[in-house]
Amino acid sequence: MMELSAYKGVFVFVEQRKGEIQNVSLELIGKARDLAESLNEKVYAMLLGNNVASKANTLIAHGADVVLCADAPELEDYLTEPYTQAVCHIVNEFKPSIIMIGATTIGRDLGPRVSARLETGLTADCTKLEISEEKELLMTRPAFGGNLMATIVCKEHRPQMSTVRPGVMRSLAADASRKGETIAVNVPFKKEKFRVKLIKTVKEKKDKIDISDAKILVSCGRGVGNADGLKLVCDFAETLNAQVSASRAVVDAGLIPHDRQVGQTGKTVRPNLYFAVGISGAIQHLAGMEESEFIVAINKDKYAPIFQVSDLGIVGDAKQIVKQLNERLKK
Amino acid sequence: MKIVVCIKQVPDTTEIKINPTTGTLIRDGVPSIINPDDKAGLELALTLKDKFNAHITVITMGPTQADAVLREAFAMGVDRAIHLTDRKFAGADTLATSHALAGALRKLEFDLLVTGRQAIDGDTAQVGPQIAEHLDLPQVSYLEHLEYDGKKTFTIKRATEDGYEMLEVDGPCVVTVLSGAYKPRYMNVRGIVEAYNREVEMWGFEQIEVDEKKLGLKGSPTRVHKAFSRGVKAAGELYEVDTNEAVGIIMSKLKEKFII
Repeated sequence: MMELSAYKGVFVFVEQRKGEIQNVSLELIGKARDLAESLNEKVYAMLLGNNVASKANTLIAHGADVVLCADAPELEDYLTEPYTQAVCHIVNEFKPSIIMIGATTIGRDLGPRVSARLETGLTADCTKLEISEEKELLMTRPAFGGNLMATIVCKEHRPQMSTVRPGVMRSLAADASRKGETIAVNVPFKKEKFRVKLIKTVKEKKDKIDISDAKILVSCGRGVGNADGLKLVCDFAETLNAQVSASRAVVDAGLIPHDRQVGQTGKTVRPNLYFAVGISGAIQHLAGMEESEFIVAINKDKYAPIFQVSDLGIVGDAKQIVKQLNERLKK
Repeated sequence: MKIVVCIKQVPDTTEIKINPTTGTLIRDGVPSIINPDDKAGLELALTLKDKFNAHITVITMGPTQADAVLREAFAMGVDRAIHLTDRKFAGADTLATSHALAGALRKLEFDLLVTGRQAIDGDTAQVGPQIAEHLDLPQVSYLEHLEYDGKKTFTIKRATEDGYEMLEVDGPCVVTVLSGAYKPRYMNVRGIVEAYNREVEMWGFEQIEVDEKKLGLKGSPTRVHKAFSRGVKAAGELYEVDTNEAVGIIMSKLKEKFII
């Protein structure tokens, strides 16, 4: 049996890419503050990289009490093994109660490897985290393609680990007057276990816009069908000063790149206004957008599930309506 | 060259619907399929078989009816199939599942172990990397493409949010494959006919190499505290009117919400 009371503190894995701290990490620090206050414990940010120590202030301003900084050439780029060694070293030294990791292509590679090395539980893609009366972490996540929600606990193992998708938690506004401490961590790397070599990292030319940051989204579904329909939607979005997103069907058809897909296998969005144009509302799609502030849906099928989450639903020809809306708006 | 592919039988979650009045899952009549990411992994293995004459073993863990996915894999062209099933495995979370699979994989030789990135019923993406850790093998997840030099080295394209990485690793190693990476071939007719005459090896706890304490519900650090359906959000206003009127309604709503 492990001595559970020896494990204290809410730890966040800080994801940086080329020295740039990713928003999801700041969101997690925001949530960690919440949890740490319920537990009366501290928020620790695990900052891993090469020449990244200068970023510690940003993390403190966003809510970290302690920054554990592992600065080493071995951590220049993300690779599974060096990062796993570094995180496991920190866990063994500092004994966290909770570890939160962003559910990105990095976090979802690192998290399971770390949990297996530590032989502890990991809950993926949590949408809600809270502390129970017994001071345990309650981790709620969707399952069955978003059809079911499950609350998971990790009773007898520490740390309690979870990954959280970008855009699900809210970061705190930066406060430069916040005080915190930085501790340098020296990781004793076992380099003989570094077996994967990074040849190159390629950024593909994509629109830099991240739909999860958008205030207004115009989202198109199967109902807009072809490239002509898409053009109507794009014109309307431009007039409205909105970003364009899409359902899986449209992305699979190759009309819109994957980074603009909303839903279970795409992104979670919560804009002030979400226009669902010709989207019927598969459960996977609803999971990614139902928390939007105000939802307008246009669809020809009045029984479409999208109308169960929309605030304003219009049964009709999506293309015609969008076209006319655009003309009226331009006047 | 030897390849092992882990596959999982899953309910086709895109076919699951919610009862709008009770908010509960309707599971009846939902078809079972090979998990899409795993099926792309199978195809990756089959392309290596075409090119390098690789020998492919598929393994699945699950109840009796999971036999169907192994038959389908036979019909696609794999050489050997193992069905891992035992009461001791029941109630496993991802960690305990990965221990059971790792226990079986210790009994097999391979240069490449392929899993799907994640299964559509759980979407955790954890079991592949956890197996890799138990077997002390390097891993590359989110695989989009793989090249093999025919000797030892794999060059792998790994998808990231804003592009990709190129990685190099020697076998044996573990990769987790994205469903879009390889388009699965159809089962061939002779394969379908033969699939049901081929032998699926049944393995239980006795056949594998693992500490019993790490299996099943007992070996699972995480527990489901409660499960509930998402419930039904109260629907808003719904209008079925002509285009002109619809545009008017939306315009006035946008004004009311200070968007225009």
